[in-house]
Amino acid sequence: MTTSAPSGRKPRHLTVDRIGVYAFLAIAAVFFLLPLWIMLMTSLKTMEEIRLGSIIAFPSELTFEPWLKAWASACTGLDCNGIRVGFWNSVKILIPSVALSIALGCVTGYALSFWRVKGANMMFGILLLGAFIPYQVFLYPLVRIFATTGLYNSLACIVIVHVIFGLPVMTLLFRNFYAGLPIELFKAARVDGGGFWSIFLLVILPMSTPILIVATILQVTGIWNDFLFGLTFAGRENLPMTVQLNNIVNSTQGERTYNVDMAATMLTAIVPLAVYFVSGRWFVRGIASGAVKG
Amino acid sequence: MSAVSVNDVSVAFGSLKVFDGISLDIEEGEFVVLLGPSGCGKSTLLNAVAGLIEVEEGQIWIGGNNVTWEEPKDRGIAMVFQSYALYPRMSVRENMSFGLRMAKTPKAEIARRVERAAELLQIAHLLDRRPDQLSGGQRQRVAIGRALVRDAAVFLFDEPLSNLDAQLRNELRVEIKRLHQQMNGTTMIYVTHDQIEAMTLADRIAVMKDRRIQQLGTPHEIYHRPANLFVAGFVGSPRMNFIEGRIDQGGEGPIFRSGALALPLAAEHAPRALETGRLVTLGIRPEHLALDPAGPWDGFQAELLETHGADNLVWCGNGQVSLQLRLPGDVSLKRGEMLTLAPDPARVSLFDSESGERL
Repeated sequence: MTTSAPSGRKPRHLTVDRIGVYAFLAIAAVFFLLPLWIMLMTSLKTMEEIRLGSIIAFPSELTFEPWLKAWASACTGLDCNGIRVGFWNSVKILIPSVALSIALGCVTGYALSFWRVKGANMMFGILLLGAFIPYQVFLYPLVRIFATTGLYNSLACIVIVHVIFGLPVMTLLFRNFYAGLPIELFKAARVDGGGFWSIFLLVILPMSTPILIVATILQVTGIWNDFLFGLTFAGRENLPMTVQLNNIVNSTQGERTYNVDMAATMLTAIVPLAVYFVSGRWFVRGIASGAVKG
Repeated sequence: MSAVSVNDVSVAFGSLKVFDGISLDIEEGEFVVLLGPSGCGKSTLLNAVAGLIEVEEGQIWIGGNNVTWEEPKDRGIAMVFQSYALYPRMSVRENMSFGLRMAKTPKAEIARRVERAAELLQIAHLLDRRPDQLSGGQRQRVAIGRALVRDAAVFLFDEPLSNLDAQLRNELRVEIKRLHQQMNGTTMIYVTHDQIEAMTLADRIAVMKDRRIQQLGTPHEIYHRPANLFVAGFVGSPRMNFIEGRIDQGGEGPIFRSGALALPLAAEHAPRALETGRLVTLGIRPEHLALDPAGPWDGFQAELLETHGADNLVWCGNGQVSLQLRLPGDVSLKRGEMLTLAPDPARVSLFDSESGERL
């Protein structure tokens, strides 16, 4: 086959720039995966092996002791109950915060895109503005407000804070999604006699599955990874896992137990990691719909 | 008492005024088509009647009630949309019964009405399917069925056939006409940009442009006595021929003259409008031009021939004026052939060149 006439599928050739692209992608992948690998390996090693210093190597003697210790008996200051306390605190914060912020954003987005409330665009603009103001600005006023109302340092307090700060992005997400639905559907439902809630619950919500999934992913990862709000508003009893992880890592007396620290970190990262792995496709869609802040 | 009255209605989007005092009266049982190019405001008018757009000024009456401030569901209307607008997560049966369920109609009554509508539209076998399992034609049937079960006195159609292919469009068009005949006394308002739909379906057509009703009349009036140049040019395919010219005085009364072309005008054109020297536009439909060796207009050369089967279209010109004529399908011509034309003076329309209004 030297000079055959072009026929059928065009042959593909591996060119130099193509090889360059693949090489770059491979290096980038290693660059981002390496920290995860080192953490995982370190958490499975004994301290003796860690002292040898080969951080990338696979453990010669596999041990799950650090994971158990991190979960159940690592010390944060004077308490030695492990990171599990923080895990359950985080779950207790996460579930109501995610559910409430999504429910509110969903209804708000629906009202803004379909019901043409007077001044809807201005309200939406103000809401968006809220999304771009740095959180730190709100910390002191919020602390004062909650202290006055007596809610400060409670589960309710941290949940309210998460809901408030989740609202702009959730509203944006749902509004954009609903703006893409045919308006005639809403008109048909109105002619059929649907009211605000019946159209929402019977017509719009059943069509919202994709965006509900995206919203859940965003809120679960965002709220789980939160450190600042948890530290500021949750109170000592309800400190989330991220804060507790910081306390464990920073409160070492004597030898620094790297394997336990790494195991605790991995445990803390498990929820967002699982979310990313299970729902990567949906997460990309969330980014594509312009809903992920930097 | 008219079934639907639009009295001097104004609609505004923000500061932009869409309508400024539009009025329309529709009799009970009438089929009225709002016809016009996109952006002419026909859908906006329909939405205002439905109550989906609020009016700034004026009143809307349906069935003797002033419904200007009423919710869409309380206006006694049913509506069919271009995009079908079926609820995607509901079965056909649930789609059709949604309105009745909202109105808390007894279950037995809902079942009875859905069955009857499904029977009428031949979609009984589709009742348990979901919209995404239906073809476009079936979806629009379901959408019509959903409107039927409401037992409304007034049906509103917003370009219901525009998303369908040509053949289905013809089928459903006939079906809509049949439905209207079967449901005695049901008023229908139908929005379309398709003049064939308008001509075939309507008792009366309201031709709209620039958010105004240009002419309201029967299809026959619209076609044969268009009120202005826009209506004359918009309705009819192929288009009406227009010839710019002026009025001249002939031996037996006024004649139309444009270069070498002249045409004595029929007495029906009011004499007052025909003072000599007035600039006018003569409109003549392609089928009102005949081939006649003894005809007055000679020197035309056939430039383009189009075979349509039942009839043939010929584009011809004499160097100054281009005309289209419609000839019977069995007349065969060759390109380049010289033609002599005989216009039918009784069927021409005269328009004032300046205002475009019919004379």
